[in-house]
Amino acid sequence: MVNPYRKTIIKPSILQLFAVLCVLLGLALNAQSAETVLKFENEGHAALYLRLTQEFRCLKCQNQNLAGSNADLAQDLRNEIYQAVVSGQGREEISDYLVARYGDFVLYRPPVKKITYLLWFGPFVLLLFAIIGGWRLISSKPAFTAAEPSEALEAARRRLNE
Amino acid sequence: MWKFIPLVLFFGLLGFLARGLDLDPSELPSPLIDKPAPQFQLQSLYDASEHSPESFAGDVWLFNVWASWCRACVTEHPVLEQLKQIDGLTMVGLNHKDVLDDGRSWLNRFGNPFDTVLFDQQGGTGINWGVYGVPETFIMDKKGVVRYKHIGPISEKDFKTILVPLIKQLQAEQA
Amino acid sequence: MIAELGQFALILALCAAVVLAILPLIGSFIVQPQWMALARPAALLQLLMVTVSYLALTSTFITNDFSVLYTANTSNSQLPLIYKISGVWGGHEGSILLWVWVLAIWTGAVAIFSKHMPAVLLSRVLSILGMISIGFMLFVLLTSNPFERIFPIPVDGASLNPLLQDIGMAAHPPLLYMGYVGFSVSFAFAIAALLCGELDSATLRWMRPWTNIAWMFLTLGIALGSYWAYYELGWGGWWFWDPVENASFMPWLLGTALIHSLAASEKRGVFKAWTVLLAVLAFSLSLLGTFIVRSGVLTSVHAFASDPARGKFVLYFLAIVVGFSLLLFAMRAHKLKGHANFELVSRESALLLNNILLLVACAAVLLGTLYPLFLDALDMGKISVGPQYFNAVFVPLMLPVIMVVGIGALLNWKKDKLKGRQTTLLALIILSLIAGAILATQFDGYKITAAAAIGLAIWVAASSLYGVYYRLRNKRDRLSAAMHTPAAFWGMTIAHIGMGVFTLGVALTSMFADEQTVRMGIDDTHKLAGYEFRFKSIDEVRGVNYVAAQATFVITKDQHSVSTLVAEKRVYNVRRDTMTEAGIDGGLTRDLFIALGEHLGNNEWSIRLQYKPFIRWIWFGTVFMALGGLLAAVDRRYRVAATTQKRARNAEAASGATR
Repeated sequence: MVNPYRKTIIKPSILQLFAVLCVLLGLALNAQSAETVLKFENEGHAALYLRLTQEFRCLKCQNQNLAGSNADLAQDLRNEIYQAVVSGQGREEISDYLVARYGDFVLYRPPVKKITYLLWFGPFVLLLFAIIGGWRLISSKPAFTAAEPSEALEAARRRLNE
Repeated sequence: MWKFIPLVLFFGLLGFLARGLDLDPSELPSPLIDKPAPQFQLQSLYDASEHSPESFAGDVWLFNVWASWCRACVTEHPVLEQLKQIDGLTMVGLNHKDVLDDGRSWLNRFGNPFDTVLFDQQGGTGINWGVYGVPETFIMDKKGVVRYKHIGPISEKDFKTILVPLIKQLQAEQA
Repeated sequence: MIAELGQFALILALCAAVVLAILPLIGSFIVQPQWMALARPAALLQLLMVTVSYLALTSTFITNDFSVLYTANTSNSQLPLIYKISGVWGGHEGSILLWVWVLAIWTGAVAIFSKHMPAVLLSRVLSILGMISIGFMLFVLLTSNPFERIFPIPVDGASLNPLLQDIGMAAHPPLLYMGYVGFSVSFAFAIAALLCGELDSATLRWMRPWTNIAWMFLTLGIALGSYWAYYELGWGGWWFWDPVENASFMPWLLGTALIHSLAASEKRGVFKAWTVLLAVLAFSLSLLGTFIVRSGVLTSVHAFASDPARGKFVLYFLAIVVGFSLLLFAMRAHKLKGHANFELVSRESALLLNNILLLVACAAVLLGTLYPLFLDALDMGKISVGPQYFNAVFVPLMLPVIMVVGIGALLNWKKDKLKGRQTTLLALIILSLIAGAILATQFDGYKITAAAAIGLAIWVAASSLYGVYYRLRNKRDRLSAAMHTPAAFWGMTIAHIGMGVFTLGVALTSMFADEQTVRMGIDDTHKLAGYEFRFKSIDEVRGVNYVAAQATFVITKDQHSVSTLVAEKRVYNVRRDTMTEAGIDGGLTRDLFIALGEHLGNNEWSIRLQYKPFIRWIWFGTVFMALGGLLAAVDRRYRVAATTQKRARNAEAASGATR
C-alpha cells in the first residue's frame, strides 16, 4: 500500500523528530500529573496499574511505553487501564482487551505463540547446542579439536544471524 | 563446510535488512479485519438521533475517523468528497475527541461529505476501533464486517487503486 | 571558505585512504618494501586531513556560519561554546564525520605505536583500516555532506536539541565511537591474519591491547549514555533495551567474549579461528548498529532522522565488508591451526563457557532486536519486543557468567584439579550467601532474591580477591610480589569485581526502587522511603539560552537534614522546547531524585519523587570494568613482546626475506 503521506507522517526530518521527542519528553511529566489524583483501593491494584502501563506500548510513539508517554492516545489508554484495574479486572483481561483492538504490537512482552517460538526458545536451544558442542570439544581427541572451533560454536554461529 | 555458515546466515540477515528498508515499522495492521464492526451507540453531531453499526447494515459503509484539530484530515477531505459520489456507499464520519462546535464549523467550512456524522467526545469509540492516529478509515461490507482499514489520510491514488475496486467488489457481494 | 576547505580536506583524506587501502596491501603480497612503507605516511596524512576537515566543521559552529546547512540546522548563536563544539556531532552528518575522524585516529595510532610490528602485518592491517575509511568517507561525501551550503542564509540557526545540551551527552558519542570504531583495529588484525593464513602469539599480543582499549571506551560510552538517560530524561530509568541501545550493547558483548578468547588463543594457542571470527563479528555488529541507527528500519526513541538512501549505502557497505570478511573466513580459517588441548577443569574450559554464554546472550539480544523486522518482512504480523522479553531471556543467560567469573580466573591453564582451593571456595560461597542473607535485612521488606543477589555480588568480589591471594600465596614478600604482578592480572581482577558491583546495583535498584508522583504546593511535605521532601520555594531563573522554573526542596530524614535539591523545568529560547532538569542527591547507598512536572495552578506543582537504592553502583561497576580494561591494555608484557619482535624483525631484515 502506497501512502504518499508516509514520509511526512512517519519518517519526519531530524528537526521534527527531535522537536516531537522533546515535546513528548518535556510533557511526559505533565502526563504524570493526571495521575496524581489516581487512587487505588489496595497496593495490588496500584502495582498492577504500574506494571501494565509499562508493559504496553504507546502505538503512536517512538518506542515508548504507556507510562512514559504523553501522547493523547497514551493518556486515554492509561485511563482505560485505570478504570479496568479499579473495576477489578486482571492482567489477562486487560491485555486481551487491548490486543483485540490494537493487535500484538501493543505488548512489549510478546505472547508465546507459534510465530514467536523462535524468539522465546531460540536462545535457549542455541545454548543447549553450544554447551553440547563445547562438551564434545573438551572431551574429544586433541588432534582435531585443538584446531577446530567446536560444533557448539558452529551451531552458535548458525543461530546468531537467525 | 561449517565455516561457510556465518556467511550464509549473514546474507540471510542482509535480505531481511534490505526488505526492512521498504517496510514501515509504524504502519500497523488492524486485528479487526474480517471481524464484525465494534459496537457503538453514538449521537449525531447535529441532532439527538442515536446510531449503532446496525443502523448501516445491508449497505457497504465507510467509517472515517476525523477531527477538527487534525491537519491531515484537511488534505484528505477532497478524497472523501469523491467517495461521497459513489452510489450506494454510506458515508459515516466519526468526529473523534473534538469540541461540538469546532466539529460543526469544520464541516461547514470544508463541506460535509458524510451521510451521518457521529460525535465521540471522549474517544471511547475510537479506542474500541483501535484508532491510534487520525484520520483512519474503515470499510464494512453489507454484513457489517470490517474488510479494510486505512491509516492516515487517503490519497488520490489510494482512492483509485484500492478503495474504488474494493467498494465495487463489496457491493457485488450478497448481503 | 572554511566549509569548502573542510570538504576539500576530506576529499584529500579520501585520496590518502585510497592509497593506503591499495598500495601497501599489494606491496605485502608482491614483496615491495617501498609500497608497504607507504602505509604509515598514508595513514598519518589521512589523519591530518580528516582532522583539518573536522576542525573546519567545528569552526563553522564556533563562528556561527549559518550559510552551512548542517550548522544552521544544528547550532545557534546563543548556544554556549561547549555545546557549539559538541553540537558538531549533534546531528547525522557531523556524527558520521566524527566517526570518520575517530577511525582516522585509530588508524593513525596503529601507525604510530606499531613501529616494531612486522612490515607485512602492519601494512595489511593499515590497508584494511584504509578500506573501511574509504567506505565511510564516501558515505559522508555522497549521502551526508555536512559542508553543504544553504541560500538564503538564515539569520540564526535552529539550535541544538536541548536534550543534547548537556555535558554527559556531549561526551557520550565520542566515547561510544572510540569503542565501536576501535573494534575495527581488531577486525583489521583478524583479516590480516586470515590473509597471512596464520595467527601466531606475537600477532595476538599486538591485538590484545587494542581490543582492550576499544572495549574500555565502549564500556564507558555505554555507561555514560545510560547515566545520561537516567538524569536527563527525567523518569529515572537507566536502560530501556531500545534498538539503538542494543546496537551498542551487542558489540560490547562480543568484544567482551573476544577479550577472553584472545587470552586463550595467545597463551594456549586454542580457539584461534574462533577468535578471528569474534573479531570479525564484533566489528560487523558495530556496522550493523550504524545501519540500525541511521536507516529507520526499527522504531527507536534515539534514532537519527532516517533516510532510505543512507540506509541503502550502509547496507551495501555492510554487505561488502562483512560478506567479504566472512567469505575470507570460510576459505582460510582452516589454516589457523591451534595446537593445544585441555581438560574439563581448566582455564580454557572456563573461557569457553564464558564465550558460549556471551555469544548466546548476544544472539538473544540480536534476535529480540530484529525479530519485529523478521516477522514484518515475512508478512507475519507486527509485534513489539520490549524490556520484559530481554530481561526474561538475558538475565538467566548472564547469571551463570557472573557466578563462575571468580572461579574461572582462579583456574590454571590446561589442567587443574582445584587442589587446595575447593575448601576455601566452598567456604567463600557459604560465607557470601550468609553475608547476603544478613545484609538483605537492611531493606524494607525482606526478599530472598535480594539476599541471593547480594550474596552473588559478594561472592564475585570475594572469589576475585581470593584469586589475588592465591597468586601471591607462596611469595615471601607479598607486597613486592604484588608490585611485580602483571598489570593485566590486576586489570582482570578489577574488571571482575566491577561485574559484582554492577550486579549489586542492578539487583538492588530493580528490587527496592520506589517512586511517587504527587501534587505539592509551597511548604507541602511528602514522605517517600523514609525521607521527607519539603517544597521550599519556586523561582524563575535565566540561563544562557533558556528560562527556567526552579523548585527548591529540603529533604530530611528523622529530623536530620539530608540535602537541598534544585529541580528545574526549562524552556529554551530558540526552539521553545521544554526540558526537565531533575534534582538528584546522589549517594553511595541511594539516590533521591526529584523532577518538576507541570504547574497545576494555585501555586501547586506536579512533582515526581524517586528513591533509587544503590543505582550508582551500576555505573561504579562499569567504571571498574573500564579501568580493568585499561590496566590490562597497558601491561608491560605487551611492550616487552614488541621489543622481542623488533629483534626478530632485525634478524629477519638481516636474512633479507619476508614473505
